[in-house]
Amino acid sequence: MSNKSTAAATAFEQLKQKAAGTWNTLRDKPLIMVGAATCGRAAGAQDITKVIRDELASRQIEATVIEVGCMGHCYAEPLVLIQKPDNPTICYGYVSEGLASMLVREFIAGDDPCIEFALAAMEVNDFIPTFEDFPRGMVEKKVVMQHCGIIDPENIDHYIANGGYEALAKAIDKSGEEVVSEIKTSGLRGRGGAGFPTGVKWETCRQFKEDVKYVICNADEGDPGAFMDRTLLESNPHQVLEGLALAAHAVGASKGYLYIRAEYPLAVERIKKAINQAEESGLLGESILGTDFNLTLEIFQGSGAFVCGEETALIASMEGEPGIPRHRPPFPAEAGLWGKPTVINNVKTLSYIPHIIRKGADWFRETGTPDSPGTAVFALAGKVINTGLVEVPMGVTLSQLVYDVGSGIDGGKQFKAVQIGGPSGGCLPESFLETAIDFDSLNQAGAMMGSGGMVVMDEDDCMVEIARYFLDFTQNESCGKCTFCRLGTKQMLEILERITKGEGALEDIDTLLNLAKNVKTGSLCNLGKTAPNPVLSTLKHFRNEYEAHITEGRCPSLMCLNLIAYYILPDKCERSCDACIGSCPVESIFSNEDRIKVVDQEKCVKCKSCMDACPPQYSAVVKLSPPELVQEKENDNG
Amino acid sequence: MGKKINLTIDGKKIQAMEGDKILWAALENDIYIPHLCAMKEQQQSPFAGCRLCFIEIEGKPRPVAACTEPALEGMVVNTRSESIDRLVEAGFNLIMSNHHIDCKICAASGACELQKIAKERKIRLKPKKLVQLDRNLPKDHSKDCIIYDPNKCVLCGRCVTACRTEGTAVLGLAYRGFERMVTTFGDIPLGETDCSGCGSCANVCPAGALIETDN
Ligand SMILES: Cc1cc2nc3c(=O)[nH]c(=O)nc-3n(C[C@H](O)[C@H](O)[C@H](O)COP(=O)(O)O)c2cc1C
Ligand code: FES
Repeated sequence: MSNKSTAAATAFEQLKQKAAGTWNTLRDKPLIMVGAATCGRAAGAQDITKVIRDELASRQIEATVIEVGCMGHCYAEPLVLIQKPDNPTICYGYVSEGLASMLVREFIAGDDPCIEFALAAMEVNDFIPTFEDFPRGMVEKKVVMQHCGIIDPENIDHYIANGGYEALAKAIDKSGEEVVSEIKTSGLRGRGGAGFPTGVKWETCRQFKEDVKYVICNADEGDPGAFMDRTLLESNPHQVLEGLALAAHAVGASKGYLYIRAEYPLAVERIKKAINQAEESGLLGESILGTDFNLTLEIFQGSGAFVCGEETALIASMEGEPGIPRHRPPFPAEAGLWGKPTVINNVKTLSYIPHIIRKGADWFRETGTPDSPGTAVFALAGKVINTGLVEVPMGVTLSQLVYDVGSGIDGGKQFKAVQIGGPSGGCLPESFLETAIDFDSLNQAGAMMGSGGMVVMDEDDCMVEIARYFLDFTQNESCGKCTFCRLGTKQMLEILERITKGEGALEDIDTLLNLAKNVKTGSLCNLGKTAPNPVLSTLKHFRNEYEAHITEGRCPSLMCLNLIAYYILPDKCERSCDACIGSCPVESIFSNEDRIKVVDQEKCVKCKSCMDACPPQYSAVVKLSPPELVQEKENDNG
Repeated sequence: MGKKINLTIDGKKIQAMEGDKILWAALENDIYIPHLCAMKEQQQSPFAGCRLCFIEIEGKPRPVAACTEPALEGMVVNTRSESIDRLVEAGFNLIMSNHHIDCKICAASGACELQKIAKERKIRLKPKKLVQLDRNLPKDHSKDCIIYDPNKCVLCGRCVTACRTEGTAVLGLAYRGFERMVTTFGDIPLGETDCSGCGSCANVCPAGALIETDN
């Protein structure tokens, strides 16, 4: 045993030295890193890389250009990091092709770091603030995203040079039981949605004395608008692989899978490369680091249905069956893939594992709350100014996320609600802004942690329509196996559609509440059990909006098309301007005898083009609800 | 083999085989629990989709499905309570809101499990507050000895199991959500499949969606 352990440690020491060499020589000449995860690419990162490469070549400058992952500042993409000897590393945002070539000219070739275009510096220095100096930086705490966007995800040496695979090298000389116990002590809870204690899950699986066990990384990430898992896979693939390897070692598995949705080609490609590199380095495959621990990892590309992310459905789909959930127990940890004990964990959950093993359970517990230790990764979207990915300690408040991280509401509008937890999450109003973000507080508030989707809504968002939108999603994604989820969500959707069209009755609210309660209790899997959350939470906090739709035919947020009309205010219309007429796709706007523009309500399709076209200095086009107000106004004007 | 165990259901002390699910323990002792999808031969991997067999077990905070819960020594079970009755009725109403009701001319009338549940639990066949979610799918008359009316199907999946174990495995469940249905591979009419006409599907259909004819 002790001989073997020295062998593993020695083998790893060699890998580390080689990695340190690669990492340190990076600093000998200027290093330019372009954020090129899927989000960066969508913003044009690959063109930026090309411009930089061409500019360097034409000037015959020696510099290294690498494509890195995402740091989370998605609002400012494309992002470029420049590390020039004797300078702090500087991060530039909103990089255009022009700025990219300018940076090469002025900073790499010349000596001017173009501070005015810098977002922040990565290290403390005398002239540029760091990310930590901003409100967002004060809230943020990076664990799993620590190296995202600052290492080359396709180079294993970058990961190793930053502490990577150290946990595996350390754990491999310990028993699986010790690893399980460390994870249990850390209090880590699954980040796939339900928050189940990871150590307990592993312990259950470990107890079974079976030769064949499996570990699976759940990277199906089906929540609309969520991309936390994708970013981690693309930006730091080895971190996930190391987590999976530690899970395998802990429970005694020698075969693992990464179930990645087929819509994530870049993630698949990077994980593939990472597996190959790890195998070549002896960190995966047969006799890892010279020990008797073997682990082969394989990618399974998911077909894409949302419900396939549910663990029993995921396993069924890997077995070649339709991706339909089944009754639990047995839980996968007892009888999972091919009936064998199987640990299945989310990408984020697994990404924490190497950090916990390397730095210890106590270190992990220093962050977050006693019952929800560690950090949480959120995809912040909706009406905030700064959208993107952010990692914060558990226990920060919703208001810190909305105002410090997101910089508040866009366009000076009024905050209305935050929808948290993905399509099955709840909508929390302003009075809940001081709610702490952790598994239990969110559940109590009628929302949930989910996998980390967070959508901020303002005064223009109709809460009935929002509930309808999310229910439409879950209803569509229901597998249809069980009565409550298949028909209960359908009946609820029918009612919500009636209400948003102004055809609801007051008793519909009670029917809706009853259906919601029964679907929650009666459904077979968590899709159905959580699907009513958006309806229940909006009914609880915004019941007056439902009632306005039903009793007054009015949509207070002016969002529901059936309940609004576009109207041109005669005293604001400039008369000689024809912008609205030209913009209307159905020719519903005409000029009256005073050349004031009027909307023909019969023809209007409510596309909003006229409102957008009307020059801001006039702002003559308004929405009215209920639509009957138009008649009243017209009568008033004679 | 199996050992006998003792448990109490609705105040009645009964015996059951260890490992049996509560649903079967109850039914075999003349205690009725509504159920559509359960099949005794499949009890170790229950389908658990109809969601009508809810019961309460003393010591458990929430209602559970009787077809998935093993009967254990000393267990105390209630099949009726206000909240259980409401939940079962809600599930039944949902099923009926998607079941084409024409009992007067339906060949299954009298032997229909839906009628039985309605009678046992005193629930109206036609739910009051829900809209009727008809899909108006065409009936399949292509096979002389079987008529399949998807508009009556409650998606219990029993025919699919029966067809796999006793027939020629032509039936399957396809599509998701509200579109889900019992159908054949490629949605071709039964008459064009390898269906042997064994009738095992109609035998297990609780809702008159699959009917064996005399031909
Ligand atoms: C409808 C539905 C969809 C789910 N989708 C995902 C998913 O995309 N990714 C994920 O990690 N977990 C998903 N889950 C949760 C998984 O069932 C499972 O709890 C999770 O993978 C366990 O990992 P954890 O313990 O690390 O959280 C989903 C659950 C439900 C009910
Ligand atoms: S009989 Fe239990 S769910 Fe159908």
